[in-house]
Amino acid sequence: MPLRTLNPFISSSPSSTTTTTEVLSEKEPIRIESREVRERNRAKFRPRFSIPFSGSPKTPTRPSSEPTGRLEPPSQPPTSFRPPSPQIPTLSLPTINLTTATGEKSKMEEMSKPLTLFAPPSPAEVKRTAKAHAAFGPLGSKQHLYSSRFVGTEFPEPIADEPPYFYLITTYISYLILIIFGHVRDFFGKRFKQESYKYLQERDGYAPLNSDFDNFYIRRLQLRINDCFRRPVTGVPGRFITLLDRESDDFNLSFKLKGTTTETLNMSSYNYLGFAQSEGECADDAEKSIKKYGISFCSPRGDIGTSDLHTAVEQQVAEFVGKEAATIHSMGFVTNATTFTALVGKGCLMISDQLNHSSIRFGARLSGAVIDMFKHNDMADLERLLRERISQGQPRTHRPWRKILVAVEGLYSMEGTMVNLPGLVALKKKYQFALYVDEAHSIGALGPRGRGVCDYFGIPTSEIDILMGTFTKSFGANGGYVAGPRAFIDKIRVTNAGTIFGETPTPAVLTQIQTSLKIINGEICNGQGEERLQRLAFNSRYLRLGLKRLGFIVYGHDDSPIIPLLLYHPAKIPAFSHEMLKRKIAVVVVGYPATPLISSRARFCVSAAHTKDDLDRMLAACDQAGDILQLKFSSGIAGGQEPVHDGLTNEGVNEMRSCLEAGGEPAVDPPRWKLEDVLKRGVQDVKKPLC
Amino acid sequence: MPDSLLTNTSYLSAAQNSELPSTALHYLDTALSYIQKIPGSSIVIRYIKTSHQNDPVRTVIELFLFIFAVRYLLAPTYSTKKTKNVSLSEEEIEELVEDWTPEPLVSDVTEFERVENERRPVIVGPAGPKVKLLNGRTVTNLASYNHYNFANNPDLTQKAVNTVRTYGVGPCSPPGFYGTQDVHMKSEADIASHVGLPAAIIYAQSFSTISSVIPAFMKRGDIIVADKAVNYPIRKGLQISRSQVRWYEHNDMDDLERVLQRLVKEGQGKQLTRRFIVTEGLFECVGDMVDLPRIVELKMKYKFRILLDETWSYGVLGRSGRGVTEHQNVDPTNVDMIIGGLAGALASGGGFCASTEEIVEHQRLSAASYTFSAALPAFLATTASETVSMLQEQPNIIQSLRENIKTMWTMLDPRSDWVRCTSSQDNPVMLLVLKDQHVEERALSTADQDSLLQDCVDEALANGVLITRLKGMPSPLGVAPRDLQKEWQPRPALKVCVTNALSRKETERAGTVIRHAITTVMRGKKWQRQS
Ligand SMILES: Cc1ncc(COP(=O)(O)O)c(C=O)c1O
Repeated sequence: MPLRTLNPFISSSPSSTTTTTEVLSEKEPIRIESREVRERNRAKFRPRFSIPFSGSPKTPTRPSSEPTGRLEPPSQPPTSFRPPSPQIPTLSLPTINLTTATGEKSKMEEMSKPLTLFAPPSPAEVKRTAKAHAAFGPLGSKQHLYSSRFVGTEFPEPIADEPPYFYLITTYISYLILIIFGHVRDFFGKRFKQESYKYLQERDGYAPLNSDFDNFYIRRLQLRINDCFRRPVTGVPGRFITLLDRESDDFNLSFKLKGTTTETLNMSSYNYLGFAQSEGECADDAEKSIKKYGISFCSPRGDIGTSDLHTAVEQQVAEFVGKEAATIHSMGFVTNATTFTALVGKGCLMISDQLNHSSIRFGARLSGAVIDMFKHNDMADLERLLRERISQGQPRTHRPWRKILVAVEGLYSMEGTMVNLPGLVALKKKYQFALYVDEAHSIGALGPRGRGVCDYFGIPTSEIDILMGTFTKSFGANGGYVAGPRAFIDKIRVTNAGTIFGETPTPAVLTQIQTSLKIINGEICNGQGEERLQRLAFNSRYLRLGLKRLGFIVYGHDDSPIIPLLLYHPAKIPAFSHEMLKRKIAVVVVGYPATPLISSRARFCVSAAHTKDDLDRMLAACDQAGDILQLKFSSGIAGGQEPVHDGLTNEGVNEMRSCLEAGGEPAVDPPRWKLEDVLKRGVQDVKKPLC
Repeated sequence: MPDSLLTNTSYLSAAQNSELPSTALHYLDTALSYIQKIPGSSIVIRYIKTSHQNDPVRTVIELFLFIFAVRYLLAPTYSTKKTKNVSLSEEEIEELVEDWTPEPLVSDVTEFERVENERRPVIVGPAGPKVKLLNGRTVTNLASYNHYNFANNPDLTQKAVNTVRTYGVGPCSPPGFYGTQDVHMKSEADIASHVGLPAAIIYAQSFSTISSVIPAFMKRGDIIVADKAVNYPIRKGLQISRSQVRWYEHNDMDDLERVLQRLVKEGQGKQLTRRFIVTEGLFECVGDMVDLPRIVELKMKYKFRILLDETWSYGVLGRSGRGVTEHQNVDPTNVDMIIGGLAGALASGGGFCASTEEIVEHQRLSAASYTFSAALPAFLATTASETVSMLQEQPNIIQSLRENIKTMWTMLDPRSDWVRCTSSQDNPVMLLVLKDQHVEERALSTADQDSLLQDCVDEALANGVLITRLKGMPSPLGVAPRDLQKEWQPRPALKVCVTNALSRKETERAGTVIRHAITTVMRGKKWQRQS
């Protein structure tokens, strides 16, 4: 199987390295070859926990979790971990046609026809395939497909597990220590190193730009772990992502590029359907589009920034999401920030989920409407609020509200939870509010046809007034859309500032949207779109189930491709990131203020571009990191159990739920599966209801 | 202060507004009541006893003080926060809910809006100097900001294609989470060195850049002095910042000085707050140029910082396109923040803010549309790098644009009886407003002028020249007309965007067409009326 490059560490040098330098013009070649670093890292690999734990002692005796994994890291580096996985069929077998989800397909088919089964392809071909596979992995087996949709009437909230109190308390203590330490440093620093604090003090008659207090968190907490954020990358953010190695010699104040790169497994980009590719239909069409239309239209929509491409994409988007009309913007953030102004204003009430994205808050604040928040996804709280607000009317005047708009997200990017759409639609019938759903993360990523939350829940889109979404995520492009009834979109086109003044999306971006939508719809490349959707659904469930069984606390709904893994301690934020980077996996870690103080987490974004082997590698890495950093503290109430027979499952879960609601502690064993068992059972169990 | 870090569990809100949530007050409250139960109260009693023995009057005073303190501490929970709710029974609530009928989510499209939607030109193919419209006609394009025709430059398009072939189209991540690509870092460095400042940060959209930069630095309690004619995104940024905003008459430096003087006087004896002057290089809504040397002088004198929006002047003014600073010979380090756009003349996408390292780094964490939005597509970043270096290496590109601007001016401003150009003579975006005398004579309201100018646009298009109209700022919903009138609105104007991709002859011819179109409309029956 010479074409197979499932494991990046046996692949030849990343082809992007060489090509980048060409693009960046002769002036500044940014980077050099990276092989030796990789070799070095690999040679000295030994998972060792080097970051000091502030305030968290070593494990209290832990029952029955496999001790060997923690005490003796396997002698074999985990990066070369080869799990038992179905073999990829050779090129001439029919399945490969379906699975080579890239532009290579036709070429490879042509090539392979006259060849015998084992004839080695030319080196150039190998290189191209390697590059294509680095962006989008080939499907290992047809077993690795699944299609998710919601069945039932009531959408349950995921059970949120909690760690033992010990971890909660030590987390608080950790922050306390960090804060005290920070203040001590400030105290002495401000006296003895005045130079470095100058920017916080009045200078020459100017007030400081940063307030001392606001800056404390950044200066004293975030700076310590700055190397986990904004890691520079190059090349396609596909299945793998190439990081530019950097180092800091001033405690993360600044970084220097070392001139080398590391290719890592990409668990961080919002590349749900794997359309971030530099090869294949999308890239081919984007190239044609640039050649035909140029780079940009250099004009806002309000002037002459509307081309046939725009109208075509708008039509396509409207059909895809199931609305009469749609309008597009060159940035998702601005789509939200400007649309609310065109919908609500003085005398209106806007009710927003507590965890809504910053762009929704931004737009809400600009609109001038009264803003209220309800607890995340809590329909009872929303109803309480609606009753109070409608009956009381506007503040002070007590006049009735002119309009009430409820804004929610389809899939929450930090929690992995899906909106309770059935609940919302029921409330909407009674309270007559307008419903705005931001599908930034859910469009493309959810539903058997990839059409977002409505598709997933099987709710007709007519139940929702406005569907908004972005192209930055599933489609691998940029920008956002608003879809709704035609009269509404016509109005928005003339009243929305983003349309009037904002620059129009560029041709290549539009074509990327167009082609990816066509693929998802199955209009071109028959079968490819469906495969992407099903791979994403499988991968999401597979990784989530695996993590639960290993004993981690993860948040969110089972079908969500966003999987937050809870870390709690502030010191574990950088530690986890480093442990994963050591194993060549790029993950996002977040802490306060993006999450509540105690629930710092790592967030994995699953993609259709990942193969099962990639996820196995990920599980193995998490397993080790989890042992080293003591992250396996789930109690079992949120799942990870032995699967029960179909039919029994719901009962078991219901029992547990009612027990939890009654405030009791259901008798469950904390799941601490062995990695081998997780991998062995995963593929079958993932297709049953997860528990 | 650490308290607020510990107790504040509402997501993100703490980052954005520093108010304590009501839960914190609640905790404080319960803590207090617990303290009273604590065994230590016996000590208090003993203390009271001893103090009484010494001096009964003191006990009374102390008791009084104690009651006062308790009242004071408990008071906030009862007052302020909670608005006075009418108490209603469940049935009443049910009835009210049933009776409530919302207004339709959007109002009907007005006639003017319908026409605007219908007549909006749709282009087929590239937006070059000659564009093909959906109806099949090919017309001269004087409506896009493609002043140098970089958008269709074969070298640049080839490089853009190469980038797509290396990076794909979108970066699929915000810059903080693996979305910062090497090409972004390179473009930032290129732009910073072009502008002449130590650092720059790239945003994914030009329009919204300044709306995020302003609230990243200006908060409640800060003071902003802004030109009355600043563009829409600046206004929105000011609104989000919740700072105290004072306006000065458009480009009136004496008025600016008066405002600054007054503010400095008002601020005396109070704690020093951040103070900014916000203005534009070339004004989007008027077209004229700022007097930067004078503003810098005033800034130094009164200790304000300057935030300069160069979205319309970057890449256009100055010998190598550095903007107002180069054009007016001002050291860019005197300007605290320069915001510019890459989506116009530079034919790329996105915007930037150039400044010191410290200010740029601050934005990476606190500018909303940078932190919470996907990064700029790589091929737009490389295009920006390329166009910036082309401007520096081939100043004749800019020179030829200036020639064409001059040509267009001579065709329109001195020769037309009906309109005058409010733009600066170096601005490739020429804004033509109706002369005052005609507006008065014919009693044209703002809406009338908009319609009339739309007729001019249509007339010019019928004769093969595509131009546009300056759009007014959309007004917020639900605001009473009397409040709307207080808002500054740009004067209705025609917008003619000059490009160097047209020869002098072609520019002249297009200028004549525009002039004649205006004359035809002004002489036509429809707008002949006396006040
Ligand atoms: C819910 C939500 N809305 C809007 C956006 C903004 O989209 P964009 O990145 O295209 O600006 C995001 C991106 O993170 C998001 O998560």
